[in-house]
Amino acid sequence: MNGADAVLRSLEAEGVEVVFGIPGGAVLPLYDAMARGTSIRHVLARHEQGAGHMAEGYARASGRVGVAVATSGPGATNLVTPIADAWMDSTPLVCITGQVRTHLIGTDAFQECDIVGVTIPIVKHSWLVQDVEEIPHVLKAAFHVARTGRCGPVLVDIPRDVQEAEIEFAYPQEPDLPGWRPPRRVHPRQVAAAAEALSRAEKPVLYVGGGVLNADACAELLELAETARAPVVTTLMAKGAFPETHELFFGWPGMHGPKWSNWAMNTCDLLVAVGARFDDRVTGRLSAFAPGATVIHLDIDSAEIGKLRAVDIPVVGPLRDVLAGLAAELRARGDEPRTDGWLRQLEAWRDEFPLRYTRNGDLKPQTVLETLRDLTAGRDDVVWTTGVGQHQMWAMQYLVCDRPRSFITSGGLGTMGYGLPAAVGAKAARPDATVVCVDGDGCFQMTCQELATAVLEDLPIVVVIVNNGYLGMVQQWQNMFFDDRLSHVHLTHQVPDYAMLAEAYGAAGFTVSTEDELEAALAEALSLGRTAVVDCRVDAREQCFPMIPAGAAAMELIEFEEAEEVA
Amino acid sequence: MKHTLSVLVENKPGALMRIASMFARRGYNIDSLAVGPTERHDVSRVTLRVDCDQHPLEQIEKQMHKLVNVLRVAELEPGESVERELALIKVSAPPARRGELLALAEVFHARVADLGPEAMVFEVVGTPEEIDSFEELVRPHGVKELVRTGRIGLTRASDRQGIKRRQHVLR
Repeated sequence: MNGADAVLRSLEAEGVEVVFGIPGGAVLPLYDAMARGTSIRHVLARHEQGAGHMAEGYARASGRVGVAVATSGPGATNLVTPIADAWMDSTPLVCITGQVRTHLIGTDAFQECDIVGVTIPIVKHSWLVQDVEEIPHVLKAAFHVARTGRCGPVLVDIPRDVQEAEIEFAYPQEPDLPGWRPPRRVHPRQVAAAAEALSRAEKPVLYVGGGVLNADACAELLELAETARAPVVTTLMAKGAFPETHELFFGWPGMHGPKWSNWAMNTCDLLVAVGARFDDRVTGRLSAFAPGATVIHLDIDSAEIGKLRAVDIPVVGPLRDVLAGLAAELRARGDEPRTDGWLRQLEAWRDEFPLRYTRNGDLKPQTVLETLRDLTAGRDDVVWTTGVGQHQMWAMQYLVCDRPRSFITSGGLGTMGYGLPAAVGAKAARPDATVVCVDGDGCFQMTCQELATAVLEDLPIVVVIVNNGYLGMVQQWQNMFFDDRLSHVHLTHQVPDYAMLAEAYGAAGFTVSTEDELEAALAEALSLGRTAVVDCRVDAREQCFPMIPAGAAAMELIEFEEAEEVA
Repeated sequence: MKHTLSVLVENKPGALMRIASMFARRGYNIDSLAVGPTERHDVSRVTLRVDCDQHPLEQIEKQMHKLVNVLRVAELEPGESVERELALIKVSAPPARRGELLALAEVFHARVADLGPEAMVFEVVGTPEEIDSFEELVRPHGVKELVRTGRIGLTRASDRQGIKRRQHVLR
């Protein structure tokens, strides 16, 4: 067989079911190998960025490694955004790119780009395969690195002549990676110290990040929270990692988190960070963040310990073991949790400061999200994806996610256009699920060509566009911090006509301009079983609150009412 | 505070670039960097000199550990390690000044690597501090060009692995 066959046999050996990609000159041998036969499904995207985000959506919905394929040069550079996105959100991703023939490397050949060099700052590791014999070893290592330790993207760049060279294929049992030794065990003394602090705390908070999902440790988290009777807040990346209808759930921290969540984080006496990284969107001004708290940090990545916030008790290791060990230690201690007063306080704050907006007859974005929430209440087969911006924050605030991997979004990189292709990828991972992309009109226009992929690959998704006719979040910042001088943010509600665009792609299109039309249109779109786009033309100038202005302390958050008074 | 890090890396293409890129991306500065082969053909040693406080140093070490090609990262503690550097220094040396320069060179065990009518090239090996001193002393004579390898180091032959850090703290 040739190198291209070896790539496919390696992917098959890794249990890969689906890859997302676009062919091109430098991957012709690989695509020819696909044509000659493989058990792997190939989903043909319309843009490599779409393929990359699909692979991410697949990975986040399934917990498996996502695979994207692109040709050399522009194909590869189009993958850079998804790679950076996967890097920031620790999504396991293997990107396979074609490269020009080895004798042409370095000559500025047609469609040549040093993609290994371009992506070095945003991959866990990368390989330029120079010899066909390396292919199985490199792919074994690539999958191993992507999914062990802290998950993330890797890149394998394979020149065309290497794909064409002959090889006797044998897939290695173990990767040859002498320098890759992620933590496998947990230090019992650190677990004991953390358990002691937790059992003594009167006002603890479990600050849960996306690492819990990557570690598949949601059951262990639930057990720990219940054992310690500790309230849980989940970051945007972790939404759904802890059941949001649970009595110990207290929302989402950060820039657009509710007041009660931020107050919980910032007035606690013990902050237990679980696979979270003290992102600036969570902490607000770092020096003012959770000033009175002892900090326990549980993470697989030792480099996150103390990176931004000094940590009193670090516990490094696989989070399943860490959380299970902590719960076991707490049970062995047998102390009665002392958190009742604290939980009552948080409940009181939640009652006192609910999320608010004014219904004034216009179609409000929050109403769109609330209606979606109500229409899907109690269902365990819904997977949400979002773009980035106001609609994403409203989705965080108003949707209810009780199950892990049911909310897929771009957190760290804030990649507009992520939602639609991620939904296609999620649908490939969960064909049984109803996959709904809550998108903004700005985001939608960045990757809407992937509607063709959804329709033609039989991966039906529902796209709900919270269409305010603006780059809404930028508009909000211009409104709040630049005296409402709106600069190049107006997209209009009407252009394009999203329903017509959907129909042009063979999807169903709906236009909703009033509250009266909303529920019926959403319900129909959800029940169609084919790709549908619901254009919800909402109040153009609705702003998203609460909000912690960038650089402000989390306790200084601006609430809805206050903002109204200013206006 | 300056620190010397000794890093063993797999001898693979791009290994050095990954280290350098990590420093650049995270905003750490490298004072000097020397890379070369070791006793194992498949392993190279990178010796890095960085100027930073203890907290960022730990971050650097941990970030470097995460690089797949990096096998080991250790700080070379002063007193617990041998550090050397080589410098080539081209100094103005009209015949009248040669005697003085050669006397200086003798003190520092510097060798004359090349001699021209108006200049000479000294080759000096020593601790980086010794080289600093030599450089300072010849500078008034007119340094035309200078190159240093960057420091390299090893833990002392008497060092017992694993206890050197604690010992350093006690000093």
